[in-house]
Amino acid sequence: MLEIRNLHARIADGREILKGIDLAVAAGEVHAIMGPNGSGKSTLAGVLSGRPGYEVTEGSVTYLGRDLLALGPDERARAGVFLAFQYPVEIPGVNNMYFLRAALNSVRRARGEADLDAGQFLKAVRAKLKLLEIGEDLLQRGVNVGFSGGEKKRNEIFQMAMLEPRLAILDETDSGLDIDALRMVARGINALRGPERSIVMITHYQRLLEHVVPDRVHVLSGGRIVKSGGKELALELELTGYGAYGDAA
Amino acid sequence: MSRPATVKNAETLRDVAGEGYKYGFVTEIESESAPPGLNEDIVAFISAKKEEPRWLLDWRLDAFRHWRQMAEPHWAKLRVAPIDYQAATYYSAPKRQNAPKSLDEVDPELLKTYEKLGIPLNERAALAGVAVDAVFDSVSVATTFKDKLAELGIIFCSFGEAVREHGDLVRQYLGSVVPPGDNFFAALNSAVFSDGSFAYVPPGVRCPMELSTYFRINAAKTGQFERTLIIADKGSYVSYLEGCTAPQRDENQLHAAVVELVALEGAEIKYSTVQNWYPGDAEGKGGIYNFVTKRGACRGANSKISWTQVETGSAITWKYPSCILEGDNSVGEFYSVAITNNLQQADTGTKMIHLGRNTRSTIVSKGISAGRGQNTYRGLVRIQPKAENARNYTQCDSLLIGHKCGAHTLPYIEVRNPSARVEHEATTSKISDDQMFYCRQRGLTQEDALSLIVNGFCKEVLKELPMEFAVEAQKLLAVSLEGSVG
Repeated sequence: MLEIRNLHARIADGREILKGIDLAVAAGEVHAIMGPNGSGKSTLAGVLSGRPGYEVTEGSVTYLGRDLLALGPDERARAGVFLAFQYPVEIPGVNNMYFLRAALNSVRRARGEADLDAGQFLKAVRAKLKLLEIGEDLLQRGVNVGFSGGEKKRNEIFQMAMLEPRLAILDETDSGLDIDALRMVARGINALRGPERSIVMITHYQRLLEHVVPDRVHVLSGGRIVKSGGKELALELELTGYGAYGDAA
Repeated sequence: MSRPATVKNAETLRDVAGEGYKYGFVTEIESESAPPGLNEDIVAFISAKKEEPRWLLDWRLDAFRHWRQMAEPHWAKLRVAPIDYQAATYYSAPKRQNAPKSLDEVDPELLKTYEKLGIPLNERAALAGVAVDAVFDSVSVATTFKDKLAELGIIFCSFGEAVREHGDLVRQYLGSVVPPGDNFFAALNSAVFSDGSFAYVPPGVRCPMELSTYFRINAAKTGQFERTLIIADKGSYVSYLEGCTAPQRDENQLHAAVVELVALEGAEIKYSTVQNWYPGDAEGKGGIYNFVTKRGACRGANSKISWTQVETGSAITWKYPSCILEGDNSVGEFYSVAITNNLQQADTGTKMIHLGRNTRSTIVSKGISAGRGQNTYRGLVRIQPKAENARNYTQCDSLLIGHKCGAHTLPYIEVRNPSARVEHEATTSKISDDQMFYCRQRGLTQEDALSLIVNGFCKEVLKELPMEFAVEAQKLLAVSLEGSVG
């Protein structure tokens, strides 16, 4: 599904943040990427999704056999790459439902599927809303406008559930969630697990991993993956902290 | 190996931007024109061509004499190339033997032009429920639905016909809202106006369809000076749509129209404009000078006038659709979206003059600047001494795209009655990279993302437009901003 080789990337001021990442995620797998603040977690999510402001200086990223880095952000999205934002963006005046339908239809067209009409769309929406315990009123508001922190994160997972990506990257989706919201978000992620789909969860804490059990856990530090292991690695980290991995660079 | 994480977009955008102005075709028709220049003889020539009564010729000449004493206004935040008023032609009419009695007699070239513009002039009009008074250069070509409207006593015809058939009404109201000497361009229009639209809705009648006029400037070097007069008698209602396009030419063309609205007691007029005159090319060559005076008088108690405008075209826009709130409890509204891209300039806004008691006005202005466009909101709210409990709410929002454009907000507030309540809110924002990226990460192209964000910004204004116009306006917003990000 996703193969990252020796990935180096820097930000606008020239500082190199990613210093040679190697990572392979097979279809059907859930990987957790953990690490201290400043280790490069969000940069990795940004580079994979095509966020402006990063320059890849070395290495490659292959997604479903294609050169992911050659695609614009919208092309990646239409090819099935989804990023759940750490800080979802507000778009005033744009109805959440309208936004989602525009997004869904553009992704569907890329998959060779027909647009959903209003009735079909509403039916699909209702099923997913129930799963995430989101009220319908949320759909009629502007995109993320006036949403609480928890509502924003749930809206991200709701969009993900609707768009059914092949590769989902969750950037600190668990941060700022209370325990109930965390459980709902986890339910949404688990519902999406399947043999054709890969999930990369970027997180600082272990607690999301209690609800969404990963196949692999990686520790990112100083722009490199310094340790990989099974789900037990997350528990180990919870006890020892990131101190042991310090600034491995 | 070096590779930026995002490439591509610039090229895709350029492809789309190449689409350009869609209405830039020119219709080859022999036209009958006055010689260039402006003097009393030309004014008389126009009046004679139109077989006008003596009172109207005198009215025109009076306006012309006013105009000669006046100077162009230069207070607006606009850079206008000098206009040679003696070089322009003030009358141009498609040449024809006799006036057409039905659509079959109308020059097929003209009908084709309207077809390209998508005006439902034929049977499709019935389905669309739109009655169109099409103004081609100076003469109104065909008016549909007249009979159906006539059953209700509604008059909807060209201005020229109104002068002939309903002279008393015209004489009573013409210039009663915008006097001939009101301003430089209104005086010019009053002297040389060649045609336009006229509507009268009798007491208690609710006009069952949207009345619509499409203006189009065709002949080269012709100014278009149309005149619109709409009268809503007691307790009536009418919604009027105005759409504008013009061919693509290298020289600037002047468009100086006057629109007068009169709402009597309990009447309501809703006036919607989608203005898409040729804006000039990306280097600022050519384009329409859109210098227009629009004003409505809420003469009777409980009357209402609502202006909605979407201004995407013209090289320069200078217009301030206004309301004079004379009647007690009368209501004035102004909803505006103005876009300036490339080298376009707009200085636009409104005047709300509160004279009666409990008068209320609402102003919602959305200015969007892209490229090197300059966009100014200029608005006056005046509460006169007798306007007890007058209320105004003004909201001016500016959106900047890129870093070479400008947005300016110039509100003038004059309150002469202590019971007034006037609120003014203004914001300026930029489309953020985060918003664009968020939309694109969900699969929307850069163009679709921009269109979505801009339409969201304009939502409060667009929702005031009649349905079919709203769809057209949304598309226009997207087309107007093509090539502005990347």
